[in-house]
Amino acid sequence: MPPETGPDLESVAEQVFIALADPTRRSILAALAAGGPATATDLADRLPITRQAIAKHLALLADVGLVTAEPGERRRVRFRLRSAPMQAAQQFLAALARDWDGPLEALTGYLDRTAPRGEGR
Amino acid sequence: MGFPDRIERTLEVAHPPSAVWAAITTAEGLAAWFGQEAEIDLRPGGAARLAWEGGHVAELRVERVEEPSVFGFTWRVDSMPEDDPRRTYVEFTLEPTAAGTRLRVVETGFAQLPDDEYRKGFDSHTEGWGRELGELVAYLDAA
Repeated sequence: MPPETGPDLESVAEQVFIALADPTRRSILAALAAGGPATATDLADRLPITRQAIAKHLALLADVGLVTAEPGERRRVRFRLRSAPMQAAQQFLAALARDWDGPLEALTGYLDRTAPRGEGR
Repeated sequence: MGFPDRIERTLEVAHPPSAVWAAITTAEGLAAWFGQEAEIDLRPGGAARLAWEGGHVAELRVERVEEPSVFGFTWRVDSMPEDDPRRTYVEFTLEPTAAGTRLRVVETGFAQLPDDEYRKGFDSHTEGWGRELGELVAYLDAA
């Protein structure tokens, strides 16, 4: 509807929600957020999930842009959390969370208590 | 999914525009219905501040003041980091009616900023963090 609405932002947010809908992926993201970049093996040590399952989920998270792969020690690939897509999703949630109805009701109540009535009433 | 960029409400109020204008542009009015405390410097570029019990604070920048018909401000998007440059624009439009005032509130900008720009901003942040941690390590190593 408005010209500045990028189709990108919406699809980014959608992918974030899809990624976050899975409890395993949530725990992987939470582990990276809490502990910083880690290899699939590090994550398998920390989480009750097999390394194979973690690798599969990391691949999906990398596709979505929620993690990036980077070279780590001993030529192992480390995964780092990327927060940019989260920010798109946050913005979507912020729009849903914005409450104008409550304040506007309060405004009407305030005017009714204090302000003079309009001519037409 | 439909990314909601624009929130819009229209209400009919049984009070003249002057009363509605005072309620939305004075500290006394804003503190009575919007925040619990309010301050406002009512001029384009002026600052306004709303505070609620529990410590939640909103910093507003006044953008449009056309008494008694248009009042606009920008503010940060709730839940975004403090240094996030994104702001939404809120505009109140007052139109006299036979019964009082038609008040329209439009908030836009939830879906703003092209992907590139926010990615750029994000990358510079992470680099900044990495650099700062690197500097801390260097400092500790030297000590």
